[in-house]
Amino acid sequence: MDILLQLIVSGIAVGGVYALIALGFVLIYKATSIINFATGEFMMIGAYFFYTFMVMAGLPPIPSFLLVMLCSALLGLFVERAILRHMLGQPTISIVMVTIGLSSILMGLAEMIWSTDFKSFPALFPRAPVIIGDIIVRSNLFWGFVVAMLAVIVFALLFKYAKVGVAMRATAGDQMAAFSMGINVRSMFTVAWSMGAIAAALGGVIIGNIGGIQPTLGSIGLKIFPVVILGGLDSIAGAVVGGFIVGLVENIAGGYLDPYVGGGVKDLAPFVVLVLILFIKPYGLFGKQDIERL
Amino acid sequence: MRMGDFKQTYAADEAVFRSGTVRFWLVVLLLALAAFPFMVGPYLLYMANLTGVAIIAAVGLNILTGAAGQISLGHAAFVGIGAYTSAILTTKLGLPFLVCLPLSGLSAAFFGIIVGAPSMRMKGLYLCIATLAAQVIFDFIFVHWTSVTGGIRGINVPSAELFGYKLDTEFKMYFVTIPIMIAAITAARNLFRTRVGRAFIAIRDRDISAELMGINLFQYKLYAFAASSFYAGVAGCLQVYLLRIVTPEHFPLHESIRYLAMIIVGGLGSVLGSIFGAIFMTMVPEALQSGLAMFQGMDDKLMSYLFPLQTVVFGLLIVAFLVFEPHGLAEMWRRVKNYFRLWPFEH
Repeated sequence: MDILLQLIVSGIAVGGVYALIALGFVLIYKATSIINFATGEFMMIGAYFFYTFMVMAGLPPIPSFLLVMLCSALLGLFVERAILRHMLGQPTISIVMVTIGLSSILMGLAEMIWSTDFKSFPALFPRAPVIIGDIIVRSNLFWGFVVAMLAVIVFALLFKYAKVGVAMRATAGDQMAAFSMGINVRSMFTVAWSMGAIAAALGGVIIGNIGGIQPTLGSIGLKIFPVVILGGLDSIAGAVVGGFIVGLVENIAGGYLDPYVGGGVKDLAPFVVLVLILFIKPYGLFGKQDIERL
Repeated sequence: MRMGDFKQTYAADEAVFRSGTVRFWLVVLLLALAAFPFMVGPYLLYMANLTGVAIIAAVGLNILTGAAGQISLGHAAFVGIGAYTSAILTTKLGLPFLVCLPLSGLSAAFFGIIVGAPSMRMKGLYLCIATLAAQVIFDFIFVHWTSVTGGIRGINVPSAELFGYKLDTEFKMYFVTIPIMIAAITAARNLFRTRVGRAFIAIRDRDISAELMGINLFQYKLYAFAASSFYAGVAGCLQVYLLRIVTPEHFPLHESIRYLAMIIVGGLGSVLGSIFGAIFMTMVPEALQSGLAMFQGMDDKLMSYLFPLQTVVFGLLIVAFLVFEPHGLAEMWRRVKNYFRLWPFEH
């Protein structure tokens, strides 16, 4: 029983981080209908930015954190303006492939700039594990979860109440109508990419703080797909719920099944759940079903 | 001199080879392919064999993704299924190469149908992610079902035997790989002239319209999955006999992406494009490697940049082709051909 509780708690903690990264993904998808296969690499680059500012430049954590957000926003902006803007109106496969190409470029660049060596951050939070009742949570995981949840709440509020957020939702709803209401639709695309990049980078910093960083960190980005598909590609609430489900499923399945098959269940379980969900609800739990007209 | 398309009979319109010139150059190409192994060393033959396998797999993926419009992120998994099937059939049951070859294709096609089954209820991005799930799941099975797949150490396979003749060198394998490749290309080229192939294209262009025209979407999507994975399975079987070993490392997600890159760079929906793309994407890493090797004396660290550089160039190629030449090398080739055909009177 204790083991189960332990697994559930760490599942929720990891799930919170997934929720944050998935949020970045959904922001981009909602506003631009682009499915971003480079989310994991945005994460990885964000973590390396943090490493650069904090370890290589020796800045304190909070300014490094803010600088990471700034740099990621610029990265997102650059990517949108330089590459994705050309892809407007192209078929799905082209857009999927362009973001896959982008992820490959980012990964190669990261290996060239920061080398493939394993790196880790100095301790950001108090070392002592956090104890809730009888459950012990690693401090990095606990504080990572807190930061991720704060970020999710900030993003959700921005999206709900801020002018930019309302404009983005309008753009997602109906581009023509948004245009005629005086919203600059193109700049909304840029904003969405910047915000998506920031969310991914924050997630990257948290995950990097938990397990260290390497250029292959981006492969965690693959797990974002079960998360967002579970919730439905275009639902922000779905991203958060999906994040928690995937976090729970992978921890519980990994904890109980790993001894029998020799490891790796953690990476597999989310995809098995994904397939099952797709058979039952093809548009995810909260996704909007497309209605097509000829 | 031919100046345009002036076809007066249906037979001329449907012809595979449009003119005598095309037929002439095709014969030249075939002769060159036959003469090739007698003129080059084992390394180039090895590259030629690998390229041949890549072409078969790429043509297969182009049937599914280019013609039928279903994006698959799991093509490498099907190549893997073909590879493991023939490896297991050879080592455990001792079946000969000629039996393994079609069986690998069939088993891959079988799993292709299973993976394609979700296409009954979803399409587009959701289906694309479902194929990604298939890739991850099969990858897991290759690694962890140790009793059958040999785990990460894989399976060693003896060299193929054809009518009591051992195919133990690159030179001998060449004469198996290339004819199979030619057969695969011919079959694909003809597929697009049949009812099934036309149905694929109709589904890609507008699935709802295709359905209204009486095409059973689910059935034809499954055909596309089956055909494409059959090609992948055959490619996998040949790859096993080329490398004599099969390990999960040969079929990661990255390999699936490489196949997609081939058909993007070559040209979506074009058989010729898959050929160009497969050649191009197999040769570029080699060219990069030899390019860097030339500078090796100057800086010892340079070689450590090789792998990252390959990754960057790989990504740049995909992005650059999609942004600047979305129809790929096949379109470039057509333009070059037209330029010379109409030369010197361009208009």
